[in-house]
Amino acid sequence: MTENYEDMEFFAPGHGMCAGCAAPIIVKWVLKLSGPNTIVVNATGCLEVATTAYPHTSWRIPWLHVAFENSAAAASGVEAALRATGEKANVIVFGGDGGTVDIGLQALSGMVERGHNVLYVLYDNEAYMNTGIQRSSATPWGAWTTTSKVGKANPIGKLRPKKPIARIIAAHNAKYVATANPAIFQDFKKKVQKALSYEGPRFLHVLSSCTTGWRHDPSKTIEILRLAADTGLFPLYEIIDGDIENMRITYHPKKFKPVEEYLKMQGRFRHLLKNPDLVKKLQDDVNAWWEKYGYH
Amino acid sequence: MKVMIRGNESIAYAFKLAKVKVIPAYPITPSTLVPEKISEFIANGEMDAQFVPVESEHSAISAAIGASSKGVRVGTATASQGLALMHEVLFIASGMRLPIVMGIGNRALSAPINIWCDHQDMMAQRDTGWMQFYAESNQEGLDLGLMAFKIAEDERILLPAMIGIDAFVLTHTVEPVEMPEQKDVDDFLGEFVPHYVTLDPKKPATLGSFGFPQHYMEFKFGQWVAMEHAKKVIDEVFEKFANKFDRKYSKVSAEFMEDANIAIVTMGSMSGTAREFVKKMREKGKKIGLVKLTVFRPFPKEELLSILKDVPVVAVMERNISFGFGGAVYAEMGANFVNESKSPKILDFIVGLGGRDITFKTFEAVLETAERSLKGEKVDEVNWVDVNKEAVLKVEGSL
Ligand SMILES: Cc1ncc(C[n+]2csc(CCOP(=O)(O)OP(=O)(O)O)c2C)c(N)n1
Ligand code: SF4
Ligand SMILES: [Mg+2]
Repeated sequence: MTENYEDMEFFAPGHGMCAGCAAPIIVKWVLKLSGPNTIVVNATGCLEVATTAYPHTSWRIPWLHVAFENSAAAASGVEAALRATGEKANVIVFGGDGGTVDIGLQALSGMVERGHNVLYVLYDNEAYMNTGIQRSSATPWGAWTTTSKVGKANPIGKLRPKKPIARIIAAHNAKYVATANPAIFQDFKKKVQKALSYEGPRFLHVLSSCTTGWRHDPSKTIEILRLAADTGLFPLYEIIDGDIENMRITYHPKKFKPVEEYLKMQGRFRHLLKNPDLVKKLQDDVNAWWEKYGYH
Repeated sequence: MKVMIRGNESIAYAFKLAKVKVIPAYPITPSTLVPEKISEFIANGEMDAQFVPVESEHSAISAAIGASSKGVRVGTATASQGLALMHEVLFIASGMRLPIVMGIGNRALSAPINIWCDHQDMMAQRDTGWMQFYAESNQEGLDLGLMAFKIAEDERILLPAMIGIDAFVLTHTVEPVEMPEQKDVDDFLGEFVPHYVTLDPKKPATLGSFGFPQHYMEFKFGQWVAMEHAKKVIDEVFEKFANKFDRKYSKVSAEFMEDANIAIVTMGSMSGTAREFVKKMREKGKKIGLVKLTVFRPFPKEELLSILKDVPVVAVMERNISFGFGGAVYAEMGANFVNESKSPKILDFIVGLGGRDITFKTFEAVLETAERSLKGEKVDEVNWVDVNKEAVLKVEGSL
């Protein structure tokens, strides 16, 4: 039995992330569950910038930042060095959606294909927040960002759906892939523990609300994230050994809430609410997903 | 023991002898044989190391940083487009003060795509904070490869280093090389000790943090100081190496320079042809000498000042071009003399780009221009040699 570090903090308070940001909750809990024998590699982004202003640091475990798009490669190197010396430690990457789903996808694909013993945690706030809310391939359809603006000629905002990154990584035959949501806490915790228990490349796609970019009340973080699950917009599932056919849904909302409930709490979707057809399209998309995969 | 090996094998053997622990690498002509050879050493149980077959050069250097941060000896190899793809991360390796060693099969950059020799790839990285060594032969490739670890890992330095071996002329050409004994290399390099903060769960540290304006310049000044210290440490290591292996290196080597009124400056494999040419010209009574640069970063200012200060004409021959000014070596050579009361006439000769042969004919053209300058005639500062200028000017418009 491994030791329990839940009472310890490896991610120190006093960082510069916004009040109400979900990312610190995710990081703090992943580290509580992994314990001190952990090396973190962090991609450039909000989390990295706001926690390591030299000479200060929020990290009480060894931590490495190299650049934006290469954390999976840097972690591959750390893990190779551990293998070379015969040491054992958890190697955990924290990357944003930009650093993971866009510019870092190649490095991540390589890391998973090569089979490095690394847990990659994507904290997905659905845009490039550190540079001021630009769209990423993880930004959902219909979201306003500073590069998917809403106007007369475009009433929708982002015109393309979110890239299904978890399924893409699972298709690499990763050891363990799961989507998670810190507001569905027991499911989130179980998945982190499960991910930590395996050897090989593991990937957690964790939804992470951003008060600034999603334009939401900082006190509503958990409420909004819970709605992401309960509307079915961000389904929670796990895929082991790349067996996508047997993807397992781990959280079935007892009663699906209408997507409006999620949308209306966030400024980034305000424009959609003015247009019932657009809301309906989104609701139809969600329904279609659950019709197709909900039996899993 | 003498062995017959190609230049790429010089780099691979240097890594093997140095007991490098992690080698992340990606294939690119002409340096592909380096990772192939490493893979072979490991498969045969001759080398106890982790080869990381990354999906790109960007990831190769990123993984190198990860492994080096963990505190093991790391080597990699690339060339041309691969080195250019690494560009962003090269600054990070040096900024984080990680003593990574990289072999470069010096190759031209696209476009047009071209796999043959020139120095544009490494020259384009001269501001990335890496030390730069250029080999004339496969022996030099191996020796410089070994010495690079000792220099890079010195606690006064902690900077990464690249060793350039010319595409095909060295990378693919079999030459006799004196292979050092493992025990002598062990003795020379010593046990690898990371003289820097590493990723250690027992001693948590934050590496690669965010530097605000009130700290950033001190980090950069630190790199500047380290590069200045490197000048001395390189000399020390060259001397230690000579004592152990009986092969002498210097940052700049001067041949036939005592009474020379024209100095030809070279780098890399063209130095061999240059030497033969100079010998031949000496037989004809021409006072010409050869100055070979083995180290380009740190730039060997002091040595060049002392060797060249009384020489009337310096002809820099180089396989790179910075469009809008001239070659990189010429630019730095000029800057080196700008505050001296006395300076040679410094002429630039752009030669051998994209693998164009550098022959006696090339040297004759260089010498002809240098001699005209010596006589006081006005000649162009930047001269393109062995180029069909007429054809180009017809298309581009004449100058
Ligand atoms: C090669 C490169 N391109 C662009 C940037 C600028 N940049 C820094 S962070 C960032 C966005 C980060 O977005 P994400 O990964 O989603 O993390 P977040 O800030 O949203 O947490 C960008 C575009 C960079 N640092 N490096
Ligand atoms: S901008 Fe968003 S992601 Fe960044 S710290 Fe603030 S709330 Fe968190
Ligand atoms: Mg983001």
